[in-house]
Amino acid sequence: MMRAIVVSERDNVATALEPLEAGASLAIGGATVAIRDRIPEGHKVAIQAIAAGATVVKYGSPIGTATTDIPAGAHVHTHNVASTRGRGDLAAASGAAHGALNRSGSGA
Amino acid sequence: MTAGETFLGYRRPDGRVGVRNHVLVVPTVICSAVVAERIAAAVAPVGTALPHLAGCGQLGPDLTVTHDTLAAYCGHPNVGAVIVVALGCEQVVAQRLADEARRHQKPAAVIAIQIEGGTVRATSKGIEIAREMVGVLSHAERTWCDVSSLVVSVKCGGSDYTSGLASNPAVGRVADRLVDRGGAVVLGEVAEIMGAEHLLAARATTADTAAHLLRIVSRVEAEAMALGLDIRGTQPSPGNIRGGLTTIEEKSLGATHKAGERTRLEDVVAYAAPITRRGLTVMDTPGLDVESVTGMVGGGAQVVLFTTGLGTPTGNPVAPVIKITGNSRTAAMMADNIDIDVSGVISDAESLDGAARRVFEELTAVCSGQPTAAERLGHREFAIHRRNPTF
Repeated sequence: MMRAIVVSERDNVATALEPLEAGASLAIGGATVAIRDRIPEGHKVAIQAIAAGATVVKYGSPIGTATTDIPAGAHVHTHNVASTRGRGDLAAASGAAHGALNRSGSGA
Repeated sequence: MTAGETFLGYRRPDGRVGVRNHVLVVPTVICSAVVAERIAAAVAPVGTALPHLAGCGQLGPDLTVTHDTLAAYCGHPNVGAVIVVALGCEQVVAQRLADEARRHQKPAAVIAIQIEGGTVRATSKGIEIAREMVGVLSHAERTWCDVSSLVVSVKCGGSDYTSGLASNPAVGRVADRLVDRGGAVVLGEVAEIMGAEHLLAARATTADTAAHLLRIVSRVEAEAMALGLDIRGTQPSPGNIRGGLTTIEEKSLGATHKAGERTRLEDVVAYAAPITRRGLTVMDTPGLDVESVTGMVGGGAQVVLFTTGLGTPTGNPVAPVIKITGNSRTAAMMADNIDIDVSGVISDAESLDGAARRVFEELTAVCSGQPTAAERLGHREFAIHRRNPTF
């Protein structure tokens, strides 16, 4: 059985198909990623370092922005990734209610 | 006709094909919902009701959506006959609903609780009419129909990481095959297109259709933002997050797989509006499962392919809802709600193409009359989308 899957070659995360334990190594393509955190089944692990503010990519498309530096092998989830869509809380905080509505139509 | 691409359906006078032949009992208003449900229950499972919370105290667009949705079910190809149950003083016009059924050459009757003289008399008269209609419908015969006559709703609910990797891509392959054959597929849940709209817009057949799609996604995003709230409170849902989905973008990218990989986006339509094009249509529905399925079936979908990771029981009053999961635990834990287990795609025991072939076979079997898990359990959830307050 595959232990994790990378959907697109553009992705910087893999999805664990079974729980991955910290300290284990995960073979992805030709490379090996040292697992740093316990990754529950179905959750994501960084397969390369993702800098704070950089885009997290799965299915070959952006799924959010890293809110902190994420090293390769780390658990990638709501604690270190933020959605950029529908964030009325951010718009309210900045007083720019329509400022974040400019993404539709950004290319494939 | 190619083997495996036909099913036994009911040919309707309007040219459409039904996969069920229900006596539909429609309350015009919440006040007549219990009477309608009792009439339908007396002739179940042929009898089925549309209990709803609206029909009065509504203004403008909301009243129009209620009227149009109920009318759409009265004309639906899975419906053979209609009984409209009115109270007598409400806004929704019973006669208009009956007229819509008759326009599609279905027998229709109207009873009003205030005219019949109360619950007992109205219920008993309704049951008498329903029994006669069941007798008439029992003579209808199924004939071989091509899958190109199908409008298939694709839907996901209770998603987890397996949805985007197994069940949604398997259903997507079915959508591709169906559209190649001349069929139609409808995708709803605009909030769950957010983050994947660029992929669908790139497949639109016209620039107007692409712009229309982007416009409705922007509107939903603007509505969430206008509340000054974070859409993460509901998208993804708490269960989605436990299942490993981090953001709405990730959920949407996994979710849109179920609309196929090469289907062209032909049209974007309003809630419960008629689906008139072959190929892929996006309907402007909310993400909430029952409201979404209610709208897509109202638009003319005869059957629903519903993927789930965590498991969910949702059915529909007139359309069979087929549940597909890629999560082996859900397939075992919620076996009574699940029709197809494609978890072999995750464990590497089955290819996506193999899973898609099984889904397609189940689709044609269900369209020929095989009951789904939701039908066996009597799941007939129905909810009309509302945008405005009740007055």
